[in-house]
Amino acid sequence: MIEIKNISKSYKEVKALDNISLNIEEGRLFGLIGPDGAGKTTLFRILTTLLIPNRGTATLMNLDTVTDYKKIRRQIGYMPGRFSLYTDLSVQENLEFFAKVFNTTIESNFEMIRDIYVLLEPFKKRKARDLSGGMKQKLALCCALIHKPKILFLDEPTFGVDPVSRKEFWDNLKKLQKTDNITTVVSTPYMDEAALCNEVALIQKGKILAVDTPGNISKRFTHKLFEIKTNNNYKALLLLRKMDGINSAFMFGNSIHLTLNNSKKVTQLSTELTANSFKFSIKNIEPNIEDTFMELMQKE
Amino acid sequence: MLRTVRHIITKEFKQIFRNKTMVGLIFGMPVIQLLIFSYTANFEVKEINIFIENRDNSPTSVEFIHKIEASKFFTLTNVATYKDGLKLMEHNDIDVILSIPQNFGKNINLGKPTNIAVVTDAINGVKAGIIQNYLQNVVLRFSKEKITSKVKLRKMPGIEINSHNWYNPTLDYKVFMVPGILVMLITMTSLFLSAMNIVREKEIGTIEQLNVTPIRKWEFILGKLMPFVLLGIAEFTLGLLIAFFWFRTPIEGSIVMLYLFTIVYLVLVLGIGTFISTITETQQQAMFIAWFFSVIFILMSGLFTPIESMPVWAQRIADFNPIKYYIDVIRLVMLKGSTFVNVSKQFTIIVIYAIVLNVLAILNYRKTSG
Repeated sequence: MIEIKNISKSYKEVKALDNISLNIEEGRLFGLIGPDGAGKTTLFRILTTLLIPNRGTATLMNLDTVTDYKKIRRQIGYMPGRFSLYTDLSVQENLEFFAKVFNTTIESNFEMIRDIYVLLEPFKKRKARDLSGGMKQKLALCCALIHKPKILFLDEPTFGVDPVSRKEFWDNLKKLQKTDNITTVVSTPYMDEAALCNEVALIQKGKILAVDTPGNISKRFTHKLFEIKTNNNYKALLLLRKMDGINSAFMFGNSIHLTLNNSKKVTQLSTELTANSFKFSIKNIEPNIEDTFMELMQKE
Repeated sequence: MLRTVRHIITKEFKQIFRNKTMVGLIFGMPVIQLLIFSYTANFEVKEINIFIENRDNSPTSVEFIHKIEASKFFTLTNVATYKDGLKLMEHNDIDVILSIPQNFGKNINLGKPTNIAVVTDAINGVKAGIIQNYLQNVVLRFSKEKITSKVKLRKMPGIEINSHNWYNPTLDYKVFMVPGILVMLITMTSLFLSAMNIVREKEIGTIEQLNVTPIRKWEFILGKLMPFVLLGIAEFTLGLLIAFFWFRTPIEGSIVMLYLFTIVYLVLVLGIGTFISTITETQQQAMFIAWFFSVIFILMSGLFTPIESMPVWAQRIADFNPIKYYIDVIRLVMLKGSTFVNVSKQFTIIVIYAIVLNVLAILNYRKTSG
């Protein structure tokens, strides 16, 4: 469905994308995971025909993003990272406008947006600027879907949205994928969302670190992972990072995720922590995507 | 195709009329400006404070002073010595000092030549020139009267000017200025609105969403321009009504022609605005560029100062000024009743300009960046 071959893009001195290749199959919910400035938005803008790459080619449905951009634009939906609807128009008016410019009507494609629209309906007369963050995202998604696109591009759609709305949003995406077989490419900085995708690409500094299913990505983790909870995590983290035999130590919420070098034993570690008068618990856990991502980033 | 344009136009109108402040500005501002400017952009100098030193004190000199007093332009402030006059001028209380020499009356009665001294406050050169002109008129009339009465039957050789002011018989500045000011206001409103328009979509990010739609460039620009053409026409109508009913400006020529020119001219101005919109990234940049051009256009349009009195290089620059042609046409058609044939040259220039600028704007607007 989407084939990206050796794409590079630079802005003056900055290399935003460095020789990226990627294949995304039809009907997938594909996640692009990476920190800010990794090149996610640049890749989106190339795929949505808004930006011409310096090198390489990208095809969507066998249509080239540079030469067949007109055909592509009819068949994709794009939700930019920044809210891009008319804030002085109402929910209804925005939706109508985007339906019309695609030469269709809300009614004819209503099935596609029904589930999302029912949540918006009570506010349909309200100006877009007066909507909450979550509602804005839902409206933007509706507008991107109103012409029944085959591929949907969502650039950090849940950024700055509350957890409940985020969950609803992802439920909607899952449902769209199931009922309409839409191929969705979504970028996110949230690792918990990555786990909801069929396949994810970890991207950093314009390079792809890994492409796989979330489950397989986690399996790429090469060390034994420990979770440590202490009475003062911050102090403990500083200590651990200075200690010999520690491979990596990262703060994860209210615990520390830790890997050890082969020479180091857990008992040794415990002794040292006790010696520094920490109260702590330590256990072996399964790595998740974020752990893998941190590890891959560290290797780079 | 045209359906898409229509959808964009509908959207634009919704947005424009939803912004109440904007509507007020679009219609209220030009009306107020037209009313104010038309009264103030006036080159007549009235109530000139004149100071007279009379060193003669003959009946003739008193008669002469009465003549000056009788003129509607002059207000006699004082009759005293020249020194007193200079003091008053320093305090800006008077504009001009007239000094009548000794033997003024005697010489005139004898038919001998005589001089009077005129000292004008020339801080404002234009005003000083006009004052001297007025005064000269009074003096000429007075001396002519004296000569013909004293030197009877003797025909004076010389040329006398009999002037008639055609197309504006009473030399009313308002009649001349109102059409020009109307043009200036329509130009400014249209230019600013269109310059800010597309760049606004860039600034708030909506252009990103629009660019992935199948809207074509020309559809987008046409859809963006049309509402402003219509607004411009409405504004022109409003201005024309004020000119006709309030200022009693004559409309000698064809109204249809006025509108024809206005429409083409609006397309031209909006083309400039749109072009500015495509080369800028923020509304602030667009504002300043629009401001830059409108100041040049207006000052070099012949509205306030005649183009003929500019240096040659400036006249060549003014040849590229679209406002110049439109002001020309509006004045000619309104005051002189010129027909299409008389203004076909201006029409051709405006049309060519309109086409070139709009094509440039469309070509320069990019949906994809490299």
